[in-house]
Amino acid sequence: MNNKVLNNRAWFFVLPVLLIVLFSALLPLMTVINYSVQDTIGPNAFFWNGAGWFRDVLDPTTPIGANFAGALKRNLVFSAIILVIEVPLGIAISLCMPRKGWKVGPTLVVVALPLLIPYNVVGTIWQVFARNDIGLFGYAINALGIDYNYSLGPTSAWITVIIMDVWHWTSLVVLLCFAGLKAIPDAFYQAARIDGASRWSIFVNIELPKLRRVLVIAILLRFMASFMIYTEPFVLTGGGPGNATTFISIDLVNMALGQLLLGQSAALSLIYELIILAICWIFYTAVTHFEQREWTRE
Amino acid sequence: MPGGRITLDGIGHSYAGPGASEKDYALHPMHHVWEQGVSYALLGPSGCGKTTLLNIISGLVTPSEGRLFFGDRDVTYLPTEKRNIAQVFQFPVIYDTMTVAQNLAFPLKNRGMPADRIKIRVGEVAELLGLTGDLARRARGLTADAKQKISLGRGLVREDVSAVLFDEPLTVIDPGLKWELRSKLRQVHRALDLLMIYVTHDQVEALTFADRVVVMKDGRVLQIGTPVELFERPEHTFVGYFIGSPGMNLLAAEVKGDHARIGGQEIKLAADYASLPSNVPIQIGIRPDHAMLAPDGKGVRVRVERIDDLGRTRLARVTVDGQNLIATVPPDLAVPSGEAGVILDPRRIHVYANDRRVEGAVR
Repeated sequence: MNNKVLNNRAWFFVLPVLLIVLFSALLPLMTVINYSVQDTIGPNAFFWNGAGWFRDVLDPTTPIGANFAGALKRNLVFSAIILVIEVPLGIAISLCMPRKGWKVGPTLVVVALPLLIPYNVVGTIWQVFARNDIGLFGYAINALGIDYNYSLGPTSAWITVIIMDVWHWTSLVVLLCFAGLKAIPDAFYQAARIDGASRWSIFVNIELPKLRRVLVIAILLRFMASFMIYTEPFVLTGGGPGNATTFISIDLVNMALGQLLLGQSAALSLIYELIILAICWIFYTAVTHFEQREWTRE
Repeated sequence: MPGGRITLDGIGHSYAGPGASEKDYALHPMHHVWEQGVSYALLGPSGCGKTTLLNIISGLVTPSEGRLFFGDRDVTYLPTEKRNIAQVFQFPVIYDTMTVAQNLAFPLKNRGMPADRIKIRVGEVAELLGLTGDLARRARGLTADAKQKISLGRGLVREDVSAVLFDEPLTVIDPGLKWELRSKLRQVHRALDLLMIYVTHDQVEALTFADRVVVMKDGRVLQIGTPVELFERPEHTFVGYFIGSPGMNLLAAEVKGDHARIGGQEIKLAADYASLPSNVPIQIGIRPDHAMLAPDGKGVRVRVERIDDLGRTRLARVTVDGQNLIATVPPDLAVPSGEAGVILDPRRIHVYANDRRVEGAVR
């Protein structure tokens, strides 16, 4: 017997959301797609350009393509460095945090503080803090006899951008891991003590496996955000010295708003987005596939 | 070195720290000796201090007062991992990264046992718990039952322990499997001559598992005895009430010499209670099994309120002088309604002064 009542009026409940999504996401995105396949010769005179802009962006022999290739490489290196530093550091800090008692609250507030600071303020803080004339950090490093100047030396600039991001975002990994650690029942630690497990063994056999899920989330979030980084390096170095810290987003803004190359910028935006989507998808699929295999392994 | 006895010398614990008031104690100071080779059950309602006591023995909790001895050795401040204690918890604890065999081998490996001996021992324990076929599998994909078996296995795998402690280990296990595992545990106990302490709030589990049952309430031990002793001579009204289903009937009464008086009716007792303390509540207790419903005019006069047919037996809920009493209905008795009698076996009646059993003088 089929007692299911077919009532298509239910769609009316979904309609408002569809409209909002349409205006907030789909229409702007369609505009970008529109620009990416057209060229213009004057006000409101557009004509079809096919995949021309995409070819430009992806061809490293064109100036735009060369810029993009360089920026892409910098982005990938930057994200890799960020993940390699922030994930282990975040785990380590979360392991050191108190999990019970009155200290939990204050510790969480202190740890979460950097996350509450607006991006451009973070950039400004480090812009001043790392200056070698009036900034404490820059002055101290120079006083140690180390040649450091983020507005002249590409290495100094990179180190500053990385430290800035680690300072700003490691807390996110810490908070996620802390939540994961809090979720481990006491009995696991008690059993480990009964079994005579070492601290390292507890970390490898209990804590790390239980953190797996939150680490997947942490890595995804940190990858996406670091790959899209814009504001902090823009405020700190403006992409310099030269183009040492010109990431894709900075390059894109220069093209779209500085040079008004709308078609190329639109094509680049779409490619940028697809790269992020693809990497996240590959990572997530690999992780879930790996888990699936582990579960069924005899 | 199978470790001998475990002595609690004035062990008590208050989570509030030193200087705690009487009611802060999770466990009131107590003396007790746990003998080697005996299986004990710690029985009591939730929050009575059973788990605290267990964790003090294993060292997961350091008692706020008293001293703990394994044999002659003072271990009060010795950390858990240095004590020779195995403990199994209420919910399964397994190491996700390892196979079943590696899980079972973990406590032995951490203590530096040679690999060939580990292999033999793991094989034995797996055989005992029916895990042999799963040894090579990853532990994380298994069912809750199987995971708890692994936890039990890790508790039993070490042969050199002073004691194995179980903290309600069969809670997550399927009822059918429960019986099987409990009898396996008894079997292990007989084979290894170990001290085992088993925490539970299920009286059936306690009475079937243990040689001796320790009944606890509000952080105090009320009685330690064999299942038969607990059933036949409860030393405290709570033990009478908690053991047995339904529990013991307790009736407020006046006791003079070898008679008890409830309302206007006299009940004969088997012993003489000449020197009962005054100014404390006096109760008589009798198990429903020893109170028989009878036609009106025999025994104590009662009012029948309800008959519960349990299939195998029938229980009559009656009142005597406004107090509730449960009596067994003999199989051949036509159930009287309204007024009836209850015959109480005088030798089975206990007298309690201030909840403690008083031993009468038998003439």
